[in-house]
Amino acid sequence: MRILAALKQVPDTSEVRIDPERGTLIRDGVPSIMNPFDAYALEEGLRWRDALGGEVIAITMGPPQAEAILREAISMGADSAILLSDRSFAGADTWATSHTLAAAVRKIGGIDLVLTGKQAIDGDTAQTGPGIAASLDWPQLTFVGKVREIADSVIVAERDVEGGVEIVECPLPAVISILKDANSPRMPSLRGKMKARSAVITCWGRADLGLTEEETGLDGSPTRVVRIATPEARSGGAVHTGTADEMAVVLADLLLGKEAGR
Amino acid sequence: MDYGLSEDILSIRELCADIARRHIRPVREELDRENRFPHEVMKILADSDLLRIYIPEAYGGLGMGSLALCVAAEELSRACAGIATTYAANALGAMPVILFGSEDQKSRYLPVLASGEKLAAFALTEPDAGSDAGGIRTRAARHGDAYVLNGTKQWITNGGEAGVYTVIALTDPDRGARGASAFIVEDGTPGFSYGKKEDKMGIRASATRELIFEDCSVPAANLIAREGMGFMVAMKTLDNSRPGVAAQAVGIAQGALDEALAYAAQRKQFGQRIDSFQGIQFMLADMATSIEAARALAYSAARMIDSGAKRFEKEAAMAKVFASDVAMRVTTDAVQILGGYGYMKDYPVEKMMRDAKITQIYEGTNQIQRSVIAAALIREAASREK
Repeated sequence: MRILAALKQVPDTSEVRIDPERGTLIRDGVPSIMNPFDAYALEEGLRWRDALGGEVIAITMGPPQAEAILREAISMGADSAILLSDRSFAGADTWATSHTLAAAVRKIGGIDLVLTGKQAIDGDTAQTGPGIAASLDWPQLTFVGKVREIADSVIVAERDVEGGVEIVECPLPAVISILKDANSPRMPSLRGKMKARSAVITCWGRADLGLTEEETGLDGSPTRVVRIATPEARSGGAVHTGTADEMAVVLADLLLGKEAGR
Repeated sequence: MDYGLSEDILSIRELCADIARRHIRPVREELDRENRFPHEVMKILADSDLLRIYIPEAYGGLGMGSLALCVAAEELSRACAGIATTYAANALGAMPVILFGSEDQKSRYLPVLASGEKLAAFALTEPDAGSDAGGIRTRAARHGDAYVLNGTKQWITNGGEAGVYTVIALTDPDRGARGASAFIVEDGTPGFSYGKKEDKMGIRASATRELIFEDCSVPAANLIAREGMGFMVAMKTLDNSRPGVAAQAVGIAQGALDEALAYAAQRKQFGQRIDSFQGIQFMLADMATSIEAARALAYSAARMIDSGAKRFEKEAAMAKVFASDVAMRVTTDAVQILGGYGYMKDYPVEKMMRDAKITQIYEGTNQIQRSVIAAALIREAASREK
């Protein structure tokens, strides 16, 4: 099995500031972490590698400092890591990002399974995984809560759907997005941390992937954020107490638009 | 303070802090309350390679030495001394094999201890032989290719949980301490059973139990070193482990200071944060200063061991006695700073104060440590006069 875990570095805070002109996140000065959902994808990859043999390659697209999460992935047990980094990748939306990641999947070659978290905690789009699949014309299984079996180039997985679980069989290669119910990500090991410190991380730019400027970064991104606004805060509501009969009157008055209890 | 720790040792600290945050702090109160052994956490520590650090590389370890073990024990103790004791006692149990084991014994036992497949324990203390370890009565009588053990060991950390025990017993009772020998005894050996599990004041996540030997036959191949070397094996083992106890004490104290600082910053009385009062400030300053001094002493003793020094019992004892006294004082002061809240089980400092006490007692009481230090001083002075 050759498994690719696609990871994203995200700001470690809910207090993300937004660039009012460009409508994008300001990442400067905010500590960065591996997207928590992606840790489940990585763990799932490591478990299947441990069970079936093969390798787990961690990949991310981002600025040079995104290398930190790749080293973290190696400390947890990933065999190698690839950083996709190029000035022309900057400002990519999910379309351009998945297009770029798909190009890397092709360049690596022989990938059986691409694993992603269900979504990133910064953009919350849940689009990049499906985008990679679409760009590669591979099947995709999103919101997978459990991978039941991988054998003979077929994966059987449980997808969480509204009100139930869908058990799906799918030929490999495929792209899977993993829910946090799937597993509990392991701690790094000391030997992993030592290996991660000295690991050489492959870095590919736009030219390495054979992509044009029009396909990558801001130029390759059809999405334009028109406006970002904070929803109005809800008021706290009101609590009324009393007997059921009294409350019925209060409720009826409120529904009729009268002041309660009058 | 910057101790110039290597990248590898800093990785140990980071890893232990990470494990403490994710897997120890959330469960420590429950383990303490229920007197429950931390199986899950030990599995995580094993999977993270932390049981490998003190085992030589030739046997599946990382061969990182005493300072590495100290840093791990310190950082784990900062979160829970009960779990740290389980961890450190495991190293203590492996130590006689590491220091004195034969090639055969090392290759049979160290790899399974490195991986965490089995835990280890060290068994010296008996009901009537504590500080006077020379007074042990457990017998090991030679019968052909085996030794038959009879007797009881008391207060054995990891007792009942470990798979491998290093046990000190008398092969020649007439010679007293010089007639003691060290043996490796595996869990499940016929005639080897466990007595009552102790209900302790502190370090309650750690298992403390009696070991009972009734005509327990141990292969002669499990004799460590030679007959009569047992007391020396035990003393050298303890000399090697004492900086680790010092580091545990430093960790407990640091954990208590962390809590006291955080509390003093948010607690308001007389309309202001209590850390704005000089009375509290001076306590915090003294706590931090004494912790740093204890840490410096513990690390120095560990570095001395790692440098290959022949004799270090004085320095190891100094580190242990100083750091454990600091831990008792600092945890008591932390409870004081938290006041009524500190006395309640809702806050972790009362546990830390209970946990700290054992560091003044186990692996040689602080009174015995002072005797060791004084004996070394007098011996050194006498040899200078010659």
